[in-house]
Amino acid sequence: MKQSKSLKRTVERVIQTIFLLLGLATVGSVLLITVYIIISGIPAIREIGLVDFLFGKKWASTATPPSYGILPFILTSVYGTGGAILLGVPVGFLTAVYLSKVAPKRVKEIVSEAVSLLAGIPSVVYGLVGMLVLVPAIRSVFGVPDGASLLAAIIVLSVMILPSIVKVSITALDAVPEEYEQASLALGATKTETWFRVSVPAAKSGIAAAIVLGVGRAIGEAMAVMMVSGNVPNMPELFQSVRFLTTAVASEMSYSSGLQRQALFSIALVLYLFILLINAVFNMLLKGGKKQ
Amino acid sequence: MKKIMYVMLIMVLVMGGLFAQGTKESGGMVSTDGSTSMEKVIGALGEQFMADNPGVTFTYNPTGSGSGITAVSEGRCDIGLSSRALKDAEKAQGLKETVLAYDGIAIIVNNDNPVSNLSLDQIAKMYTGQITNWKEVGGKDAPIVLIGREAGSGTRDGFESITNTKDKNKYRQELTSTGDVIATVGRNTDAIGYASLASVKATVKAVTVGGVVPSEKTVKDGSYVVQRPFMLVTKTGTPLSATAQKFFDYITSAKASSIISASGVVSAH
Repeated sequence: MKQSKSLKRTVERVIQTIFLLLGLATVGSVLLITVYIIISGIPAIREIGLVDFLFGKKWASTATPPSYGILPFILTSVYGTGGAILLGVPVGFLTAVYLSKVAPKRVKEIVSEAVSLLAGIPSVVYGLVGMLVLVPAIRSVFGVPDGASLLAAIIVLSVMILPSIVKVSITALDAVPEEYEQASLALGATKTETWFRVSVPAAKSGIAAAIVLGVGRAIGEAMAVMMVSGNVPNMPELFQSVRFLTTAVASEMSYSSGLQRQALFSIALVLYLFILLINAVFNMLLKGGKKQ
Repeated sequence: MKKIMYVMLIMVLVMGGLFAQGTKESGGMVSTDGSTSMEKVIGALGEQFMADNPGVTFTYNPTGSGSGITAVSEGRCDIGLSSRALKDAEKAQGLKETVLAYDGIAIIVNNDNPVSNLSLDQIAKMYTGQITNWKEVGGKDAPIVLIGREAGSGTRDGFESITNTKDKNKYRQELTSTGDVIATVGRNTDAIGYASLASVKATVKAVTVGGVVPSEKTVKDGSYVVQRPFMLVTKTGTPLSATAQKFFDYITSAKASSIISASGVVSAH
């Protein structure tokens, strides 16, 4: 008996160590990436100058002399993400209200399944459909010379962020105590009034978190937007061919060298800081929700 | 607890098995990386080489000329494929180029575009934004949509040096492969692009440049001026592996020239 007990303890310890190591591997990856991005991103910023780098309007990395201004990329990423939020959030949010409050159970199950499927579609497929269907459609609907544009990217992104917005919003809305709604109904409010005056305000921090999550997904997307946005480093215009922070790195990394490669790392650093900021906001919203 | 131990033991065994599989030697390997314009010719050569030498594996990674040159200098492939000549800086890094073939760069427009001939000067003016409407070159009243390649592309380098438009191009789209350019021009009636002559399909129309039809013959005699070499890039210091050297010798020999010609380019040997 005694021996088996000590054996058990050893086994426990071994397993705990394994779990610890696996956990450390995750944390280690994050640290490694952070340190690497910072170390490799700073030299180019120093050489180009922070203001010239962040606010320069011209990116011509292979020209002679080269210029490395990433303002077009920053603005494109911000506008693209903003546009996707503007289109995606109302749709996603109202879908969530419908699924959580109105839809019969069976419908809710089927639609939720479809939303999960939407989340699982690889981004290259979004890009392909965008390239073959959306880009020609924009060209003929708006009568512009070419459909590959910021607008095409915004539409693709707004569909891509739908699943995260819908799913997190549903969770938040489902968590609203039923008593709140019953009380509201008992006081004579209609169902619609109850959903929008009681349920939604009670779930607002969760819904805000859903939006921030959508922003995070939109700003980090590279493949799909690369295929529909034309990929020319112009200052952003709705019907102009544009390049995002992500696609700027992805499209040039493979053949870059010297200062150009360093500058790409600096772009990655800027993108990384954006993502950190978004995550911080996301965590703040989640914590704020719990306090209530 | 015992169950977990068993599971872990099995995992270790499986992983051991996998790694053993991974290091198993096959009959040799040749890896190539680079120009998407060279896809057709290098693919045909690779297939023939594998058929002649059973057990040998040939790989080709279509990444673009700049990427291929970077890959070979970093030792990530045996032979780099470039559709432009090496720059002095690249040669200084210890890289060597060998001409495999010559290829025309076709100037392509949509099949519905009535324009069928452009002069080199007109093409240059279009790409630099001095001519912006098709009617100025005898076409419909429609804006010209300029399709180009990414800055690392050998086709772009060749096109820009021949038309003398380096750093002055006003691209509407910068795409990352020959196939993308052809597909995009094929779907937009107002688009113009450039792509390897060997890859041009019936979905687009190659215009004559200064009255000269792009073909193997006109590329060979030099009358079709928009052309560039297909280069094999190797490291000067490090020798190729036996299999890679065999492949290199084969594709630069006279024996391979019929396959090279069948791919629509002009063999240099």
